[in-house]
Amino acid sequence: MIAILASVFDGVLVGAVYGLAAMGLTLIWGVMNVINLAHGAITVFGMFGLYFLATELGLPAYSAVPISILGGFVAGVALYWIAVHRIIGRPELMSLLATFAVNMMLVGIGTALWTTSPFNVPVSLPGVTWEGYTFTGTHMMAAVLAVVIAGLLYVFLHHTRTGKAIRAVADNRGAAELSGIPTAQMLALAFGLGIALAAVSGTLIATMFPFTILSGEAYQLKSFVVTVLGGLGNPAGALIGGIALGLVEGIATRFMPVSWIPIIEFGLFVLCLLAFPRGIFAPSKA
Amino acid sequence: MSAVLEVEAVSKRFGGVAAVRDLSLRVEEGEILGLIGPNGAGKSTVFNLINGVYAPDRGRIVFRGTDITGAPPYRIARLGLARAHQIVQPLTGLSVLDNCTVGACFGREDLPLEEARAAAREVAAEVGLGGQIDMPAGQLTTAGKKRLELARALSARPHLLLLDEVLAGLNPAEVEQMIDIVRGIRKRGVAILIIEHVMRAIMSLSDRIVVLNLGSLLAQGSPSEVAADPQVITAYLGAAEPAQDAERTP
Amino acid sequence: MPWLILLAALGCALIPYWTDDVQLREGLLLAAVYVILASNLNLMIGYAGYINFGNIVFFGLGGYISVYLVSEWHWPLPAAAVLAGVAVSAVALLFGLGILRLRGAFFALATIGINEAVRQLVTNFEPWGGASGIYLAFDAYEPLGGPMQALWIVYFLVIAVTALSLLLSFAIKNSKFGLGLIAIGQNENAAATLGVPTPLYKALVYSASAVLPAIGGGLYFFKSGIIEPGGAFNLGTSIEAIVMVMLGGPGTVIGPALGAALYEELRGALLTSDIFSHLQLVIAGALLLVIVLFIPGGLMGFIHRRLAWTRRWLE
Repeated sequence: MIAILASVFDGVLVGAVYGLAAMGLTLIWGVMNVINLAHGAITVFGMFGLYFLATELGLPAYSAVPISILGGFVAGVALYWIAVHRIIGRPELMSLLATFAVNMMLVGIGTALWTTSPFNVPVSLPGVTWEGYTFTGTHMMAAVLAVVIAGLLYVFLHHTRTGKAIRAVADNRGAAELSGIPTAQMLALAFGLGIALAAVSGTLIATMFPFTILSGEAYQLKSFVVTVLGGLGNPAGALIGGIALGLVEGIATRFMPVSWIPIIEFGLFVLCLLAFPRGIFAPSKA
Repeated sequence: MSAVLEVEAVSKRFGGVAAVRDLSLRVEEGEILGLIGPNGAGKSTVFNLINGVYAPDRGRIVFRGTDITGAPPYRIARLGLARAHQIVQPLTGLSVLDNCTVGACFGREDLPLEEARAAAREVAAEVGLGGQIDMPAGQLTTAGKKRLELARALSARPHLLLLDEVLAGLNPAEVEQMIDIVRGIRKRGVAILIIEHVMRAIMSLSDRIVVLNLGSLLAQGSPSEVAADPQVITAYLGAAEPAQDAERTP
Repeated sequence: MPWLILLAALGCALIPYWTDDVQLREGLLLAAVYVILASNLNLMIGYAGYINFGNIVFFGLGGYISVYLVSEWHWPLPAAAVLAGVAVSAVALLFGLGILRLRGAFFALATIGINEAVRQLVTNFEPWGGASGIYLAFDAYEPLGGPMQALWIVYFLVIAVTALSLLLSFAIKNSKFGLGLIAIGQNENAAATLGVPTPLYKALVYSASAVLPAIGGGLYFFKSGIIEPGGAFNLGTSIEAIVMVMLGGPGTVIGPALGAALYEELRGALLTSDIFSHLQLVIAGALLLVIVLFIPGGLMGFIHRRLAWTRRWLE
């Protein structure tokens, strides 16, 4: 019983990080109706960011967190102007293909740099032992950081002028434009934030688990599942969805081989979508 | 008289908001029924319920004796119920002719491709798009797109036509032309349910008018009866003076 | 147009045979396989406007069924390939009715999931050799007159399937079904309001786009003599097929074929160069991005815009 409780608790911790990653996806979707298929690749670059900073440069592991956010943001804004700006307002097909093309390039570059073999960054942080079960320090730290970052995002979006402008653009781009908000800049900003979230969640995941350049796909699927669970375009829902997914994983891994997890998640994803086809896809503007 | 469309005690909520409440209305064979009401009264939602975009929470919708409550839009379209949208939805990459051909192909008569094309050509000429038949629909002017919306719906040779603000955004000359076209459609025995903000137009076009307010029926009757109804005047005509004409429902 | 397709196919079939040029044959065979993939994928992307990232699953499954029938049950190759086509498209129809309720990215993602799920299942499926796959014994080629002659026969069959793919694209484009699909691709809600039975049409086109790739897979893997999960369900190939469709011109009949031929040439040139062989994915990605951003109509769209008269007879 305690064993199950322990894996449930650990699932919640890991799930908070999934939630953070999914917030990046859902923020971009909600603001500009672009589904970012480069999300997974960005997450992986966040992971290798930790490897580069902690293992190669020998910096303290958690210093990678702010650097990831900053680097992700800058890269995200650049990506917006290169690959996304031109397809805003064009058919969804185009945004899927454009972001997927970015994904291919990133994975290609990553493979050339780091091959496809697994990497592991040992981060030492004391855990907490209780009734013979150890709760890993890195997991707790990652969850705490994820919640803090999510909180900061919430404050930014709801209590700053710029954040409110972003939400206005998400709500009605035409009206926002008319009231003098520089919409393109807001979109770039939101894209930057979304990418920053993806990158930093990658960094946090890398403090917990080993990874390869190809890990992105699995985490991208998780983000999509979370997004669907939590409601598309809803950052607060993403965190809750993430924790829910973490829970499911925490419990499922006790009963089946890990290789089946992606299939379970995929099944969950499709079932969720089929169960609420209207609620989730129908644009609320209908 | 027999009814083309019977809406019986239909309700629809979105979240906590009751968009349509216990609404009943009938469209008789060959009549033009006007549907009016202030912004947010639920007019477009009524259309969405009738043509199957949303399923009602309660109530029943019967089209020419067939219960269509909750049926998908394409099945309802095949029974002979066509719709022109308030926000035009042209198939932008296709030509005007192809747009109308889609309507004819998949409409009530289920025509094979070649016959559908011929029928579409006829209808396009009828609404005044004969000269732009090979133009991609995306390149039409606003008035052209409105006509296309109508032509496409007509190509299906429907029994009932739902017209959602087909006059909005047109200049006075274009409004006159459009009114003539709508009258022409009725002459062929097609019943019409029309939402319109241009009061003068709807008053002169409609045989009867139904007034909606906050999702429920406020009044119904002939245009002159409705215009004289004190309730209607307070809720709608009186509340906002002519400025209302230019506005649209969200 | 159909005559043009048949003529081109005849040319492709006969020239290497008369000149007895095996290298040319191998090059054309690979290009033809890509044309099959791209052309059928175009039914989804170009006509119905749905991205199928996992289109390779049809090819792989067709290959497995066909190779299994030839190797274990000693079926003649054409019968095995045709049965594979029918079976895969039937499965696709069932799946399609389910997952095509999803729209946009959700559908796209689900197709990746299907490919991965099928690969996992096949990897764990012992009758099909699990992770190591199925090897064809030498005598599998005997019924076709030995390996040398078998390779020629397979080549002719692949060319025939390629021609059929193009003819199918042409026939669908000029049918009521095709008009309905294109309407869906332009605006699915409007199409439904106009009476296009969207769920049925989407499932039908998903299934139709599965038949010929499955048959092609059967022929291709018979020729290779081996089929294993990694090669059969390679997501990379799937994505290259998307690049080909976009390069040639989505929604046109010959565009995807053109794109496939062009991409195949380009890739051949890049692979032989040391610097680029590692960066194949990067280059394909960059190419796709440039097309999407600057020439969304692909090559055919570009030609049609420049030379309007080509619209009439080059579809």
